[in-house]
Amino acid sequence: MANLETTADISLPQLSLYRRGTNVLVTLMAASAVILVLLPLGAVFGYLIYKGIGSINLAFLTQTPKPVGEAGGGMANAIAGSALILLIASCIGVPVGIGGGIYLAEYGRNRFGNLIRFTADVLNGVPSIIVGIVAYGLVVLTQGHFSALAGGVALAIMMVPTITRATEEMLLLVPNTVREAALGLGVSRWRTTLSITLRTATSGIITGVMLAFARAAGETAPLLFTAFGNQYWNWNTSQPTAALPLQIFTYAISPFDEWHRQAWAGALILIVLIVLAVSAVRVAASRGMLKGAN
Amino acid sequence: MGVSIQVDKLNAWFGKTQALYDIDMKVEANHATAVIGPSGCGKSTFVRCLNRMHETIPEARATGRVRIGELDVYNGTSATQIRRRIGMVFQKPNPFPTMSIYDNVAAGLKLNGFRDRHRLDEIVERSLQLSALWDEVKDFLKKKSGASLSGGQQQRLCIARALAVQPQVLLMDEPCSALDPISTGKIEELIFQLKESFTIVIVTHNMQQASRVAEFTGFFLLGKLIEFDKTEKIFTNPSDKRTEDYITGRFG
Ligand SMILES: Nc1ncnc2c1ncn2[C@@H]1O[C@H](COP(=O)(O)OP(=O)(O)O)[C@@H](O)[C@H]1O
Ligand SMILES: [Mg+2]
Repeated sequence: MANLETTADISLPQLSLYRRGTNVLVTLMAASAVILVLLPLGAVFGYLIYKGIGSINLAFLTQTPKPVGEAGGGMANAIAGSALILLIASCIGVPVGIGGGIYLAEYGRNRFGNLIRFTADVLNGVPSIIVGIVAYGLVVLTQGHFSALAGGVALAIMMVPTITRATEEMLLLVPNTVREAALGLGVSRWRTTLSITLRTATSGIITGVMLAFARAAGETAPLLFTAFGNQYWNWNTSQPTAALPLQIFTYAISPFDEWHRQAWAGALILIVLIVLAVSAVRVAASRGMLKGAN
Repeated sequence: MGVSIQVDKLNAWFGKTQALYDIDMKVEANHATAVIGPSGCGKSTFVRCLNRMHETIPEARATGRVRIGELDVYNGTSATQIRRRIGMVFQKPNPFPTMSIYDNVAAGLKLNGFRDRHRLDEIVERSLQLSALWDEVKDFLKKKSGASLSGGQQQRLCIARALAVQPQVLLMDEPCSALDPISTGKIEELIFQLKESFTIVIVTHNMQQASRVAEFTGFFLLGKLIEFDKTEKIFTNPSDKRTEDYITGRFG
């Protein structure tokens, strides 16, 4: 016991100047890396607010665009159109993506699985304009006209590979002991996958889905010849439909100052809406609303 | 009530490598039977063949005959049915991390479609009492997750979870190897009580544990059952030289 008391008195030798210097240097490097990452983000957001906030008013959020030369008007139909197209895209892309991820993680340790994995990775790298052309060929040409559905299909194709790979990775992170626990209780394989493995990985999968969603929400190229754009309200999925990125694109390349200002406002709205949607899903998920019936 | 287990000519493979050779064993109902042997000798594989968990590993297969009471494990019964009759407790406590304590215990029944809330409450309480965990968790059954408990409590939660589906046999694969001595003591005490209602097969690398809890002991070596007898006999007067070498600590 006496020995224990003396150990408290032993003081460590001062760290050498070299080691203290290294410590300070590395801390500074880490801090500047953080700033380097946050700076562009802050700059983009700040500049958007600076340029866009002035043009945001009730009319902008409730009215359709005015003809060239007339002041005022808004992007309400584009906001609604984006919501409609993203809803379609999510209804197709999320189940397909999660289903693919489940297959890869739970049953895909074979050549067919490798093929799907490879395809998903390639698809992830395909330029979005090409995805647009594919959706044009698949939906627009067969239907005979541009439509929200075609836009939704194009964005769904953009979402699927991200969701599939994220789901697979998150499911593989679930320890095998958890699966065995369920199987050992006499729970069937598919039930184990759905109610135990998937549920254990829920929060990670939601992150992947929201990443894919946010990326799709900002895509312009796949919508150019699928959703096409529309100056008026449209809720019909088989009609050309306005979308925020399209509207921003059209306004930004126009020669009119008023439209430029509206493009900035549209961009600000787009970012704010994406942040809101992602946060809402996160809050809902953390409250357990998405955890299923069990 | 527990039932007896009859194993005849059980062979098991992982792909092309054979892990078990012609195992014959008769496990008495309502007794604890210990499985001992050096690491890698096939203890886990053996117990996992009893409830067909072995075949969940890709490329793994087993042949031979296993009867649990009247039930032929590898013939005419589905794997899920077998596993409901034969509960399993694993080496590392593995509660479902996203579930509350209550849901962990109820999981086996709920996932198999059992919906009677009232009965479920009763079964959860009884299972937790059987596993001697009830008093420690009854105040936050639905508020705390299973993963928030200590290692020893988690293992007793896993035992309660296995008991809730009302099996006749309980397989325990080194249930105490990740636990401290006090938790180990609690689980050994538990095994003593559970023997009254279940047949227990326990894998252990701890020979004192085998002699404390089990009436019968089987010694495995390199995938073969070398000797199977009353625990006392195995530890005081083994018939096989290899058993003697192992229990006197000459290898393993
Ligand atoms: N998943 C597996 N794939 C291939 N071989 C395995 C696997 N699990 C165990 N084995 C092999 O089977 C033999 C028996 O293992 P196991 O039953 O786990 O032994 P024990 O539980 O007695 O330590 C060992 O040689 C081990 O290498
Ligand atoms: Mg083992």
